Amino acid sequence: MNIGNVFFALCALVALFGAVSTVAAKNPIRGAVGLLACIIAIAGMFLQLSAEFLAAIQLIVYAGAVVVLFVFVIMLLGPDARSSGVSELKSLRAHWWRVLGGALLALLSLAVGGFAAMAGTEPVPFAKAAPNHGHLEAVGQLLFTKGLVPFELATALLIVAVIGSIAVARGKFGAVEGKKVQTPLKLFGGPVVPRDAGRPLPKEGLS
Amino acid sequence: MNLLGSVVEHYVAIASVIFTLGAVGFLIRRNSLVQLMCVELMLNAVNLALVAFNRQHQDNMNGQMFAFFIIAVAAAEAAVGLAIVLAFYRLRSSVFSDEADKLKH
Repeated sequence: MNIGNVFFALCALVALFGAVSTVAAKNPIRGAVGLLACIIAIAGMFLQLSAEFLAAIQLIVYAGAVVVLFVFVIMLLGPDARSSGVSELKSLRAHWWRVLGGALLALLSLAVGGFAAMAGTEPVPFAKAAPNHGHLEAVGQLLFTKGLVPFELATALLIVAVIGSIAVARGKFGAVEGKKVQTPLKLFGGPVVPRDAGRPLPKEGLS
Repeated sequence: MNLLGSVVEHYVAIASVIFTLGAVGFLIRRNSLVQLMCVELMLNAVNLALVAFNRQHQDNMNGQMFAFFIIAVAAAEAAVGLAIVLAFYRLRSSVFSDEADKLKH
């Protein structure tokens, strides 16, 4: 029993609890908090696997951006985002084959995972980590040499995703007409004094 | 008996359980926000397995590089998915994927 042992057990418990509460939450805001707990626990496991750079990225991108995006959307939708227990239950009863498929998939993937976990007769503990394993410098060097093309493609993907999500989410119906901006020339060229109101405006350029 | 968290099998077991929870949640829930969260759970489980296997075979760091790209793709997927949920809500005033049946009728 050492401190890493306890840390792993804690992370595993929090991750499983967060995943279960994400799946089972009736209120999606609770699901988002469960997802956050699961993500932070997985970041802790990354730390234990000596992947410090990925742990930081996980916290920044997932906990800092993705979960916040989910919470924003849930807040935007308000009470309509909640699933009423009755309707979900009714839909479950109406599509019982869905539940059956879910249970079968759960059994299958648990069997595969369990088989993978028990495959070796004697589990071999991790060797001592290389001094730069998972460090920012080593991962960055790999990203910009071997993974340069996928890296650039990922930037292109992110740009396209941002533009596409703006185009999809803005829609046509919610768009607000732009306010007419009054140019200074119109402001001073128009009828300032009430007695000028009836007279036509002077042509521009002719003074 | 090995110490907890010192062999790759423990991490693979945790990752498979989280992946299963995400997949089952995606199948049985009908709230599309929760379904998107379940997709994120599955991607996280895959990341955990990749990093754990990379810790065992540490002659290179390709596993961590893959996990990095998976995180980038997951962020893009969340943005686009939530935009689609918003557009669908504007269309049908609902976030339930059972309501998305315009192609059927």
